[in-house]
Amino acid sequence: MTDTAIRAGAAGPKYGSMSRDRRWALRWSYFFLVLFAIFFLTPPIYMFITSLKTSAEISAEINPWWVFNPTLGNYIELLTQDTFLRFFRNSAIVSILVVTITMAISVVAAFALARMKFWGSATLATGVFLTYLIPETLLFIPLFKMFAWVNETLGIQLMNNWWTMIILYPTLTVPFCTWIMIGYFASIPKELDEAALIDGATWTQTLTKIFIPVALPGIIAATIFAFTVSWAQFLYPLAFTTSTSELVLPVGIVTTLIKGDVFNWGQIMAGALLGAAPPLIIYAFLMDYYIAGLTAGATKG
Amino acid sequence: MANIAAGTVRDVAGDNRSGLTKFMQRKSTIAFLMALPLLVLIFSLVAYPAGYAVYLAMLNKGMTRFVGFANFTFLFSRETFWMVVWQSCLFAITAVMFKAIIGFIVAHFVHNIPSKGQRKWRGMLLVPWVIPPAMSTLSWLWLFDPSYSAFNWLLQPLGIGPIPWIGETGWARFSVILVNVWIGAPFFMIMYLAALKSVPEQLYEAAAIDGATWWQRIWFVTLPMMRNIIAITALFSTIVTFANFDIVRVLTKGDPLNTTHVFATWAFRIGIEGNDIPLGATVSLFMVPILAVAAVFILRDITKRGSEV
Repeated sequence: MTDTAIRAGAAGPKYGSMSRDRRWALRWSYFFLVLFAIFFLTPPIYMFITSLKTSAEISAEINPWWVFNPTLGNYIELLTQDTFLRFFRNSAIVSILVVTITMAISVVAAFALARMKFWGSATLATGVFLTYLIPETLLFIPLFKMFAWVNETLGIQLMNNWWTMIILYPTLTVPFCTWIMIGYFASIPKELDEAALIDGATWTQTLTKIFIPVALPGIIAATIFAFTVSWAQFLYPLAFTTSTSELVLPVGIVTTLIKGDVFNWGQIMAGALLGAAPPLIIYAFLMDYYIAGLTAGATKG
Repeated sequence: MANIAAGTVRDVAGDNRSGLTKFMQRKSTIAFLMALPLLVLIFSLVAYPAGYAVYLAMLNKGMTRFVGFANFTFLFSRETFWMVVWQSCLFAITAVMFKAIIGFIVAHFVHNIPSKGQRKWRGMLLVPWVIPPAMSTLSWLWLFDPSYSAFNWLLQPLGIGPIPWIGETGWARFSVILVNVWIGAPFFMIMYLAALKSVPEQLYEAAAIDGATWWQRIWFVTLPMMRNIIAITALFSTIVTFANFDIVRVLTKGDPLNTTHVFATWAFRIGIEGNDIPLGATVSLFMVPILAVAAVFILRDITKRGSEV
């Protein structure tokens, strides 16, 4: 509508220059997008290139941006190594359990906070959000001391155990997941659950039969968030685990594969790529949910 | 909470048989029980440790004696501490600024192209954000390798270098910021792109009719409409960047000569590796003021928007 108005109002040559401007703007956009794509994708691509090289090729004085004798040796070596598989197993178990615990706690709590108002529920919702803003770098030292205390008094050794991460990671995932679930639940029309309550549904039924199905996209987004956070977490395992058998993948790769002078960058890069694979695969298949989870934190609520 | 709970118990106590059952069936009781796991988690593993850190910071190294602010005054007298303060601020401010600028520019370019291709580009450009930071920093570490740097190989024919990417203070500081920008800029891009999509097309048309240049369109239409998202994204990012650990830890470990340490990595060095838990806690506490300021602004923004809706 407005478009035709502009065309009718403007003189002939003016219209032509506008469309030419538009075309040039498009060309420039693509040009800069390619530049930025190169900047953003160089490290992962170089990671992949290096992972296909032998140590001999890495140390040779030839073009580092090309693979002359591609080999899968690095991957095979890693995947047949007990320690690496152990890292992978630890990471997988920790992440899956943390996701389960996180979703169980946060969906139920978000439902209570969004729908079943109780004394202090609004303050608590804000508190949950504030907790999300407290970084783990502030908490690892007091937690370190607390774990030592738990060991002295209760005799439970939390230090140097991979399953300690299952207790710790929910502190990073639960606040944010609760927060975005509150946002999703709050957007569900009140009439829906009122109708269910009038029909005699209990609160549990309202949650499982109405809220969870309706807010499923939000739940998927929160699940992806919880998984990527627990898969990528680096500080807690670095501070609280030391034995090789107790490490999770990111820390395992950084601490055991980098062996000073030994030339195994091919293997390190292969390991890093394998460590990055699960989040990347999830992202490739569920990109829209992944992005919904990213933007939800600031746009909802 | 306990008072109210006690009150309700007394109210329903008249009917002795089902008193407890009724109480348990009350909406607010069920709701509270449903939120209880969340409360326990937050109080035991976030709120309590946060408060405990303050107490720890006032103990001596062996944690046997209360020393008040001695740890703080000790830090003030150390040159390394002021270097860490300076580096943390430099790191956070520069990185957030560049992330915001690059994110804004890239979001515009993506928004400019036909919507058919946008998904593909967006998907490609977000990859740095998806890879676990410790893993992607490893690939940067290898790109920056002192003797086998692939960047230096490219620069060599141009007569530049070899550049000591992580070996010299100035370059090492540049490198940790570069990696942080690389990881964080895609997040800004995604947020800004979402904001750009929500600006009504009519505003641009009106501006075009009034003869606004592209610069005026950005300054008078886009920026005011996106102000909220820009502010909240930058504040979020300030918190995360200021408290960053992974990148510096993997890339430089604070070297050369502690000049690239930020609060988090230095606290780790002192508290965990150096076995001085109180001093480490003291160092990490210095993050609190800036985090608190950012948190207050975010909260204000969110509650403001909440009341608007």
